[in-house]
Amino acid sequence: MKTLQEAKAEVIEDFSMYDEWLDKYEYLIDLGKKLETYPEGEKVDEKLIKGCQSRVWLDYELRDGRLWFRADSDAIITKGIISLLISVYSGRTPAEIAADDFSFIDEIGLKENLSPTRSNGLVSMIATIRAVAAENC
Amino acid sequence: MTTQEIRSQFPSLTQTVYGRPLIYLDNAATSLRPQCVIDKWVEMASRKNANIHRAVHALAVEATEEYESTRDAVRAFLNAASREEIIFTSGTTASINLLAYSFGEAFIQPGDEILIAESEHHSDIVPWQLMCERKGARIRTIPVDETGKLDLQRLRENLTEKTKLTCLAEISNVLGLKNPVKEVVNICHSAGCMVLADGAQGVVHSAPDVQETGVDFYAFSGHKIYAATGTGVLYGRRELLDRMPPYMGGGEMIGTVRFEKTTYAPLPGKFEAGTQNLSSVPTLKPALDLARAMRSPEIEAEQRAILAYLLQELGADPRIRLFGVPRHPEEKVPLFSFTVQGAHHEDLALILDKQGVAVRSGQMCAEPLMDRFGVTGMVRASFAPYNTLDEARKFIVALHRAMDMLV
Repeated sequence: MKTLQEAKAEVIEDFSMYDEWLDKYEYLIDLGKKLETYPEGEKVDEKLIKGCQSRVWLDYELRDGRLWFRADSDAIITKGIISLLISVYSGRTPAEIAADDFSFIDEIGLKENLSPTRSNGLVSMIATIRAVAAENC
Repeated sequence: MTTQEIRSQFPSLTQTVYGRPLIYLDNAATSLRPQCVIDKWVEMASRKNANIHRAVHALAVEATEEYESTRDAVRAFLNAASREEIIFTSGTTASINLLAYSFGEAFIQPGDEILIAESEHHSDIVPWQLMCERKGARIRTIPVDETGKLDLQRLRENLTEKTKLTCLAEISNVLGLKNPVKEVVNICHSAGCMVLADGAQGVVHSAPDVQETGVDFYAFSGHKIYAATGTGVLYGRRELLDRMPPYMGGGEMIGTVRFEKTTYAPLPGKFEAGTQNLSSVPTLKPALDLARAMRSPEIEAEQRAILAYLLQELGADPRIRLFGVPRHPEEKVPLFSFTVQGAHHEDLALILDKQGVAVRSGQMCAEPLMDRFGVTGMVRASFAPYNTLDEARKFIVALHRAMDMLV
């Protein structure tokens, strides 16, 4: 398994191939479509992170000292970003995640999608991932 | 005045975003500011900054003159009977909260009812819920049909001797349909019920005349009609405002203050407690002048062309569901809320944004209406008189691109 730093570097490199915003979105949409299916029956309110725009469902389990995340959204670009987050953070130890600053999101130019002032399910999703990590440290 | 002449007065319209010319179609959220408003704002802050009404010095006299002459300008714009009927607030939401409190205290008894259209903005719902909880009153709704049209039959049926007030947007911020305010007023008044028209959108697209429609109360925000943010108006018929107690206590709104008994200032001061928004309120004057100038035949023709073009483009595409479908084009303003089959509203808005097109997506502060139509949100493109048919065409090209990427 790649280290956290390697996984982040890979995402940043993938994104650096696209100059145009619309191409970045095409890539995210593609990732979103490929995201592992989240069972419809588990889209329950307890897993729902409600934003004004898109809805995000997040579930996790702690296995062998590592956190494994599963998530979904009704918006495909958000789903693409979820896929990125899962590829980077799923399977890490709580301590690794808690110590990370999530700044790679800025480096790939998605910061505006994640501005904490926007009532966006994704902002809450990151906050939840960090909270889960902190709780399990 | 032509659309191009109007455009030259809005500095924001020369901006680019992501290297593309900005196409600003989020006017129902807030309008852009024209240079005349910016100039007045700067003038007030740099040369006429003094607290109004009380002091005798030169700057205070000038600031007071600017503020109070704005009241005259608003009175004329709404064709209110007197300047005392114009209360300055911080916006439509503040106007309705003021009204809900003071109207409730004056006119609502336990068991009374108020009627609210299903299509109302949260700002015309929640203040009334707070009031009803406080006074033991209850809310009944007036539904809209599948096209978004208000059900006047249900209005008639739900009006009883207990109904004290009907609350209705002049134009819905989601549907863009002009509600038949005058007809609603006639129906309600004949049943002894008063009417509030929420003019937040209506003030921009109609020529409001409170005496002609006969509404008892009318509220609007300055920032949606080109004035500075934090400005707003509550109009109320004088005999009603006179019977209503103040909403907030403090400076300016008093007659005499004794610990035993305080008396209140006459209208409009009674409802304007504390230091007012003295640098921003005067921007309403140039803003309303410009709004009037925008009612030119050329600009109105361009607006009708935009409406016809988008009703065709959005209405005829089987992948698009348009909300607020008029029977006649005159019933709608160029404000289009829609969903696209298989595409989420947030994704559409994000991809439109990256093409330079600013639209709104989400629930548009009208959750009951979203539930009515069974959707979690919509995309809204709302046009102002400075928007062009060419921009409408570019919006459609950008929308098709977004749909191709998503669907």
